[in-house]
Amino acid sequence: MSDPTLGLAMLGLIVVAIMMGFPTAFTMMGLGMIFGFVAFLDPTQSVFSNKIFDLIVQRTYGVMNNDTLLSIPLFVFMGYIIERAALVDKMFFSVQLAFRRVPGSLAVTTLLVCAFWGIASGIVGAVVVLMGVIALRPMLSAGYDVRLASGVITAGGTLGILIPPSVMLIVYAAVAGQSIVKLYAAAMLPGFFLTLLYLIYVIGWALIDPKVAPKLPADKYRIDAPEWIKSFESGSRKSMVLGLFSAVFRPQRVRGMNAPDGHKVTYGMIWSNVVVLLVPIILTAILFLSAWWYVTIHNAPATDVPSAISAQVTEMSVEPTPIAADGLQEPPVAADEKPQEMGVEATAIAEAAPVAEGAPQEMEMQSGAVEVNQTLGAVPEYFYVWFWGFAGLSALLLFYYYARMDGEQFEILKMLEVSVVPLAVLTFTVLAVILFGITTATESAAVGALGALYLAGLSKYLQRTLWSSVVGGVIGIALGMMRGDMVTLIVSSSLGALFAGTAVPWLWDMLSKRKLLTNIQESTFLTAKTTAMVCWLFVGSALFSAVFALHGGQGLIERWVLSMDLSPLQFLLLSQAIIFVLGWPLEWTEIIVIFVPIFIPLLAHFNVDPLLFGTMVAVNLQAAFLSPPVAMSAFYLKGVAPKHVTLNQIFAGMMPYMLIVILCLVFMYIWPGMTLWLPNFLYGN
Amino acid sequence: MDQQQTQALVRLAEQISNYTGKVFSWFIAILMLVVCIEVFKRYILNAPTAWIFDLNSMLYGTLFMMCGAYTLAQDGHVRGDFLYGSMKPTTQAKLDLALYIIFFLPGVLALVYAGYQYAGDSWRIGEHSTVTADGPPVYYFKSVIPLAGFMVLLQGVAEMIRCVVCIRTGEWSARLTDVQEIDVVGDQLAHSEYVDEESKREAIAKAHEIDDAARHRGEVADAKVGGAR
Repeated sequence: MSDPTLGLAMLGLIVVAIMMGFPTAFTMMGLGMIFGFVAFLDPTQSVFSNKIFDLIVQRTYGVMNNDTLLSIPLFVFMGYIIERAALVDKMFFSVQLAFRRVPGSLAVTTLLVCAFWGIASGIVGAVVVLMGVIALRPMLSAGYDVRLASGVITAGGTLGILIPPSVMLIVYAAVAGQSIVKLYAAAMLPGFFLTLLYLIYVIGWALIDPKVAPKLPADKYRIDAPEWIKSFESGSRKSMVLGLFSAVFRPQRVRGMNAPDGHKVTYGMIWSNVVVLLVPIILTAILFLSAWWYVTIHNAPATDVPSAISAQVTEMSVEPTPIAADGLQEPPVAADEKPQEMGVEATAIAEAAPVAEGAPQEMEMQSGAVEVNQTLGAVPEYFYVWFWGFAGLSALLLFYYYARMDGEQFEILKMLEVSVVPLAVLTFTVLAVILFGITTATESAAVGALGALYLAGLSKYLQRTLWSSVVGGVIGIALGMMRGDMVTLIVSSSLGALFAGTAVPWLWDMLSKRKLLTNIQESTFLTAKTTAMVCWLFVGSALFSAVFALHGGQGLIERWVLSMDLSPLQFLLLSQAIIFVLGWPLEWTEIIVIFVPIFIPLLAHFNVDPLLFGTMVAVNLQAAFLSPPVAMSAFYLKGVAPKHVTLNQIFAGMMPYMLIVILCLVFMYIWPGMTLWLPNFLYGN
Repeated sequence: MDQQQTQALVRLAEQISNYTGKVFSWFIAILMLVVCIEVFKRYILNAPTAWIFDLNSMLYGTLFMMCGAYTLAQDGHVRGDFLYGSMKPTTQAKLDLALYIIFFLPGVLALVYAGYQYAGDSWRIGEHSTVTADGPPVYYFKSVIPLAGFMVLLQGVAEMIRCVVCIRTGEWSARLTDVQEIDVVGDQLAHSEYVDEESKREAIAKAHEIDDAARHRGEVADAKVGGAR
């Protein structure tokens, strides 16, 4: 017995049951079971051979074998470890120093740190509470407007669930049957675009009305360089670069000087400072080398790397590397360097996205014409133009940066290298290898989790980690010799360094002080709980949706929507409005797992790309989570804020961001290229 | 059975769920290592493993299934606590008890029963994975379904007893303490250098209350609506 009205009853009951607060996974299992039992009821059979039992167990087994969901625990694990390993207040302090001359510097810093730290964890509540302690008080005591201060924290805190690698996108990928990789590529530019819009708003407001974000008093952001570093400063720009290098050859220059801790300056200290100084150059060089490798070797025909990428991509994916290279790599460097022009420079990170977009779009058309004739894997001519162009530009920027490097700037660089660079390198690498199709999402997630463990070890045992990495790198090279080529050697040495640099400090820690034990225990248990929560929800919804479709509920809804004769725009508006409203009382897991699947079969009819739809849902939920008076993050912030901050002030601060998100959605609709360009560009159609 | 014994029974079930969940949660570390080693083998040594795909699924599937009861014991399954959070504990308990009987029992009992049949068939024919030729046996993996279902059922019964206790006493009995997401605030602030001591202490002390209150959109100052939950 199956009946569409029963199907609709299911949908009504699920809404009521969710509102009653029962664990949703079991609500759906129960509803699916009961209604399925009725649907399959066959008087000639015994109750125990009802087909619902086959359905429930097969659906469960399907979730247990789902290779999209497989990467969830790994990404979640990585996030939880990083959350405990990377000290967010150090990050905040050093980024704030780097951005000290930007209007509204504290607000800008808060936004960036929230987004950056949230990328790894994607947990709204903890981010908002933490930033409420670390950032809200400094902002308020610096005289910032309460609305500005609370707005950036709540808006920044929710960004983490949008920007890849986010778990929400994996869940959507599993629900919609899309590839994680494509979805990550799709969410990339809208994520950065939204961040850019937020930044424009914050900086713009601070520029128009400087009262809301007063400049910090000089002593708040001055940082003292040690005497011996200062003694290297020379020339009108007070650059200390030449001085430091000359000290390598003439250590007597600093003989007798004291380091801040009272000890004498040693030769080893000079060298370690040289290494610190060289990090920006090394990172830039690695970036350009890997871009070159990706284009000329990885995508060339006779490689032994399994070629998951179609032939088309070989030619198409040429430009983004150098572009992304410049855009994503430079900002940490660029950020420090032109304090007066920070207004421009500060936005470099986010700006890189649209810039990267505009230019190559023309290129894409060109390559589309050329690709027919070109032989597989040939390096397009324009690659070298772009490559050297960007390499030259980066070299210039680096030169400018070093020419202005005084002692203070150098200290800031040092702090950034400790607090931001390791995590940035990890996140960037994980995303890059996924997006460029070098490994699968699962593999990158696992290596990323290992990298997170490495960072945790690094934060506690610096020396030990570095030395064992060197040893591991050498072993890796020895093992890689079997294959011979240069790239294998580099990859194997870095993997070897990662393995050894993680294993040695961790084993040592487990056998002796156990400082890292709480970190891994907490991360493991939390990962287990989060994974179980998400995946049991999938078990429930897999059964629920099967029975729902069996009763014809899905068909009924489809016919009903089709009978309304909507235009694609109306359909999008309707669906996004429903999801927006659902975002008020519900969490994203429930929305994506239960309600989004209802819309997905309709997408084909309205010619809406599932990638675009998924990204719009992700952006839309940002707005839902920022809408007064139901936004959860406001209550988190209210919890830690000083007494005089009222909920209404927080809501007033959040409102503009909600409007910005809606503006972003409009942009995404009228300009679908922003979302779809990168996935099409990387993986073809 | 008097109050004390009931509580002890609930506590025992909770401990079993927590312990099993915590043991199986280490599968995530194993999964991570297995995938990393496979990356090394495949990309560097050029020696991919045929059954790695099955192994990954088995580790992941066992991980989340066996942690279902643990998550239930920690109230970690997502629930719409928008309205629920602002109800009185006795109302919550009555509602929960009713829904456990209406939804939870049929669903999970069916899962155990069906899973038992399913795994039994698999054991009888000595089923092997068909992802690759000559795949590893899957009957162990399929046995996870009834086993995990049984664990969830056990914990569910314990939850129902908690509901009954709450209806009688008017208050939720406390759960076993375990790490929560919000704990990261304490971890981070304990090591922070730029936050003053007082705000640190205050934030660490209030973190859990804030978390509870914010979930149903309440303020901490509003009195403790959520209670022990």
